[in-house]
Amino acid sequence: MSGPIHIRKDETFTLNVGPQHPATHGVLRVKMEMDGEYIVKAETVLGYIHRMHELMGENRTYPQVLPNLSRLDYLGAMGYTHGHVLAIERAAGIEVPERAEYIRAIMVELNRISSHLFWFGAFVMDLGGFTPLMYAIQDREHILDLMEAVTGSRLTYCYFRFGGLYNDVDDDFINATRAVIPMLRKSLKKYDALVTGNIIFRKRLEDIGPISAEMCRKYGATGPVARGAGLDFDVRKNEPYSVYPEFDFDIPVYHECDSLARYKVRMDEMEQSLRIIEQGLDKLPDGPIMPKKKPKLIKPPVGDYYQAVETARGSFGIRIVSDGTKNAYRFKLRSPTYSNMSLFDEACEGMMIMDALAMMGSLDLVIPEIDR
Amino acid sequence: MSLTILNAVVAVVAAIAFAAANAAYLVWAERRGAGRIQRRPGPNVNGPLGLLQPPCDGIKLMTKQLMIPGGADKALFMVAPVLAMAPAIMSFVTIPFSETIVAHSMNVGVLMIFAFASLGGMSILLAGWGSRNKYGVMASVRAVSQNISYEVPMLITVITIVMMAGTMNLKELVAAQAGGIWNWNLIPSLSSPLMPVSFLIFFICSLAETNRAPFDLGEAESELVAGFHTEYGSMGFGLFFMGEYANIVIGASLITILFLGGWDCPLGLFPGVWWFLLKIYMLIFSFIWIRWTFPRTTIYGLLNLSWKILIPISLFNLLLTAGLLKVF
Amino acid sequence: MIKEKMIQALSELFPDPEPIVEEPVVEAAEDEAADDGKKKKPKKKVEPPRVNGVLERDHAAHGYDIDVQLDPGELLAAVMIIDKAGFFIESITGVDWIKEKQLESVYDFSRYDHDLCRIVVRTRTPRDNPSVPTISKIYPGASWHERETHDFFGIKFEGHPHLIPLLLPEDADFHPLLKDFKP
Repeated sequence: MSGPIHIRKDETFTLNVGPQHPATHGVLRVKMEMDGEYIVKAETVLGYIHRMHELMGENRTYPQVLPNLSRLDYLGAMGYTHGHVLAIERAAGIEVPERAEYIRAIMVELNRISSHLFWFGAFVMDLGGFTPLMYAIQDREHILDLMEAVTGSRLTYCYFRFGGLYNDVDDDFINATRAVIPMLRKSLKKYDALVTGNIIFRKRLEDIGPISAEMCRKYGATGPVARGAGLDFDVRKNEPYSVYPEFDFDIPVYHECDSLARYKVRMDEMEQSLRIIEQGLDKLPDGPIMPKKKPKLIKPPVGDYYQAVETARGSFGIRIVSDGTKNAYRFKLRSPTYSNMSLFDEACEGMMIMDALAMMGSLDLVIPEIDR
Repeated sequence: MSLTILNAVVAVVAAIAFAAANAAYLVWAERRGAGRIQRRPGPNVNGPLGLLQPPCDGIKLMTKQLMIPGGADKALFMVAPVLAMAPAIMSFVTIPFSETIVAHSMNVGVLMIFAFASLGGMSILLAGWGSRNKYGVMASVRAVSQNISYEVPMLITVITIVMMAGTMNLKELVAAQAGGIWNWNLIPSLSSPLMPVSFLIFFICSLAETNRAPFDLGEAESELVAGFHTEYGSMGFGLFFMGEYANIVIGASLITILFLGGWDCPLGLFPGVWWFLLKIYMLIFSFIWIRWTFPRTTIYGLLNLSWKILIPISLFNLLLTAGLLKVF
Repeated sequence: MIKEKMIQALSELFPDPEPIVEEPVVEAAEDEAADDGKKKKPKKKVEPPRVNGVLERDHAAHGYDIDVQLDPGELLAAVMIIDKAGFFIESITGVDWIKEKQLESVYDFSRYDHDLCRIVVRTRTPRDNPSVPTISKIYPGASWHERETHDFFGIKFEGHPHLIPLLLPEDADFHPLLKDFKP
């Protein structure tokens, strides 16, 4: 159905989608050259909320940068701080107690669910259905309450410490989490029944916004975008870190390459995250949450360290070039949506604007994370 | 003579008042209904149950400055909102609320309502074009193609009914269905076995004609910001808003008159205006329900639905009914 | 598996057999660590500039497996080998080595399959006229990364079709991640 019939180069006009546009969920601008409703050419313009986190990473000490990481992605902040602490622990050789590792995994997965829930609502809103957002936010609220009780914040967590955690979880948290899991399972089933089967919803997503595996490779797309293109890639499995090898969970992969595949990947991922949380709570060992021996001042030895983690949006990479001082010499953040978004310009060519914006929604953009 | 003028003035005032009151309180109903559907209270602060919310909104809209974007076509920009509201009010003139409550019963009532309904599409085109906004232009082009393609199946369905009743007077159309639910056009009869399908077609078309979700492509806020009324604020926006709800009332009234027996009771007892109001508000509730439940269709999905599904079916129904009317 | 294959393929870019030898600095550091137990690297300043070549790295310690340093002229050849082997581009960035008056651009490539292998390609250019060929023709996704690196470091990517600021303002003429950048 999509695809231009005839495009006359002299009859196009430029449409600025953004920087303030309801579909971009932030300050992103896409300069689209339009032929009526068809996109002839698109160019994404970034940098409206660029904050230069990488420079801040260079002129602050490693612990001082930690809060910055959660400002990258306000929906899935836990995963990003996890990447940072893992990178420093790898560089400085800090051992992490097992209990802390388990709690970290539980927290990251809870955060992944809350992020996906919000995405789910916002995505259906992009397609013109408002109601799922309200339902999803209500479910997300339970998770935020859980995490607030332990971490002290609702969105921009700074909960992980080098070598451990800021705060131990108590029985209340464990019991409350156990209570939330079946509730979320029920909600996920309900969403599936209410939204996934809806004919208008399916018509708007099936075979729309194709992103092939080869395109993912050329643009470095990761996360649900790659998994929706049939690539069995998840850093948690491909490059195991933390305690993820201990858990039994599946990586949902869909081969359709369309927007619906990306939607289904995320919906299935929430289910898998619930499995991880359940196992984590069952296996949660006793013990300290901070290592006994920890350097007072974190000075990783000279070298170049890379750490990849799977955040809610894809593979987040952090590169630390250390010169042996307490500041990083170079602090590079490889954000997943940056790569995922970079393929939008090519992918949306020839699409109709409403399909292109549906595809943009299926990429799960968080603009602060692209702009950093 | 003077009595006729007085009559006309009263009728127009009543029509405007009914349209305005309905528009205001349908907004309230829509917001409360949306709240219920979305597990939140909706407006509940101003007055009991938030019933004072519409006057407050009205005062806010009226006291705001009317902004005209630079480079906009001023005349078109100003005319468009009025043109959205006026045809809706005009259509009320001929709608019979009961045997006696009708401003002016016309022999060509159906025709007049559809003539004015087409003007609604015009106002969207003028608004989008006049406001010199690319989103507005795109939305107005969408809305016009949508209105045109949904008027066709709608009118074909109406022709079927007019053919059966043999009149275009709305009052007589209702009278033809009097006596109980088994006489309503909704129920298939020997001469028109496909009537429920026609009802469905007409219902879908009225959703599309009033630019309601899931066919609200003219304002598709996640794609086209606010569509044709992107540049409108204050009462310009208010008039579009009221026009939309007035159109919904007309759409619901038409469905009631054409299919649901107008002011007739389902059991043939105590016919009166209350039955008419009950039916239109139930229909309006279903409009609201649909809006907050479904995502938006695409423009090509919408046009395909009309040209490839609705029009063939309604044409087939027309031919079938014509043939069967000859037989029985 | 793929790791050995890639080392083999990439080593062919360096006809000189000597660079395959393990990096001397690492060994020296380890020797010293062995010598006096607790005090690590008392004199790290002496490390000689690294010679071009392929190095095998410990994934657990560094997070990547193969570390390639080459001249800008060989970059395209190396990236083509990597592309052919089915790697995806992870990121491109720069490092300002102000003491050596050099700018390094760093390319990360990784794999989608479970045969984990992250390749880091580094190339150094003089700081006063940094210029590296673009790889956006091979990996279109490199386009944004290169623009970003150009923003932050001023490295010119020769042949890039659209090298205008991406994250910085359109008229930005400064490069904030250079070590001598004064805001």
